[in-house]
Amino acid sequence: MIALLKRDLALAVRAGGGFGLGLAFFLIVITLVPFGVGPDTGLLGRIAPGIVWVAALLAALLSLDRIFALDHEDGSLPLLATSPLPLEGVALIKGLAHWITTGLPLTIVAPVLGFLLNLDTAAFPWLLASLALGTPALSMIGAFGAALTVGLRRGGLLMSLLVLPLYVPTLIFGALVVARGAEGFSTHMPLLMLAGITAGVFALMPFATAAALRINLR
Amino acid sequence: MELHVENLGVARGGVPVLDRVSFTLAAGAALVLRGPNGVGKTTLLRTLAGLQPALSGLVRYPEGAAAYASHADGIKAQLSVTENLAFWAAVHGVALPETVFATFDLEDLRDRMAGTLSAGQKRRLGLARLGVIGRKVLFLDEPTVSLDTFSVRMFARWLREDHLGAGGIAVIATHIDLGMEAPELDLTPFRADPMARGGSDEAFL
Repeated sequence: MIALLKRDLALAVRAGGGFGLGLAFFLIVITLVPFGVGPDTGLLGRIAPGIVWVAALLAALLSLDRIFALDHEDGSLPLLATSPLPLEGVALIKGLAHWITTGLPLTIVAPVLGFLLNLDTAAFPWLLASLALGTPALSMIGAFGAALTVGLRRGGLLMSLLVLPLYVPTLIFGALVVARGAEGFSTHMPLLMLAGITAGVFALMPFATAAALRINLR
Repeated sequence: MELHVENLGVARGGVPVLDRVSFTLAAGAALVLRGPNGVGKTTLLRTLAGLQPALSGLVRYPEGAAAYASHADGIKAQLSVTENLAFWAAVHGVALPETVFATFDLEDLRDRMAGTLSAGQKRRLGLARLGVIGRKVLFLDEPTVSLDTFSVRMFARWLREDHLGAGGIAVIATHIDLGMEAPELDLTPFRADPMARGGSDEAFL
């Protein structure tokens, strides 16, 4: 399983691997928002938590179809399925590799972008915490969506339609953590909910993903 | 160790293609599948490898002994030849045998990116994976596509001496003569009646 993680990370950083693609997209979307909304710093600060979280969602979505599509195209997927690795483990590692290449860099640069959006400095730790807790769920749910549409050509749009509604709980509680943090209220409840959602996703989604892969491999 | 197949029925896309296929291979034996395009060679091999469920019948071989090789080699273009093989060795929990490079004529290509290889060289790399992972029961789907005659002989020699000679089993779908003595199984008589069953209820699964 470690070998698979290493390979996926090596592939991501090499030519055409798409490492940083989601990050660049995230940066651009957030930079565009002040242009669209205007220079009202009070308004920007209020909508910043939502903007950062929606941008994170879209950035994660951007590279989801690569999770399994590339392995399907070159025939690695049936070979992995007949290898000693359990398919559930493959699904988990694939989700994890996606998080390391997309969610993790995005979490790290988020405070800088919070500054750009005039987010209250009190909310910065909460922004980091909520993204660190929430983005793994985005990757794992995304791996499930990618597994469902793996055999389809141009399945990316369908996958977005399948995956985005599943992102709603993470979005709600993720943005709530930051908004409450900015206003100085307790973030205890939304943070626990966010962690709970991520834990639940990691407990269930590898099995759902593996089942979807098995059906698509037939 | 043996591969035992009894009254196997297989389906593609919910339509039965083969029915009542039976054969038994002892350790060291190979079977060549013949038949016109579309008869179900690939479907049979995928079913034997456990990638899709059988409609009926049973397939028996020691668990975790099978390896499947198809038209697609599962090669990552951005990884070098050695990295590709090392990955499969690590996934299967074995050490990368040094001899495999000589056996499959990859000695000069070790550090080349797999993306820059020719079709035949990629194929050799794909087949070298079988030499690395050391699985005993091989299901090979057109293993010699895009190989030149020299490479075909080289692969046949590996199959005969290193794989079958060491007690392995191989089921091979091919249209060419591999230059090895192996019984052939023509699949044409096993064609299934497409309307027989499967069809409608498969759609609800």
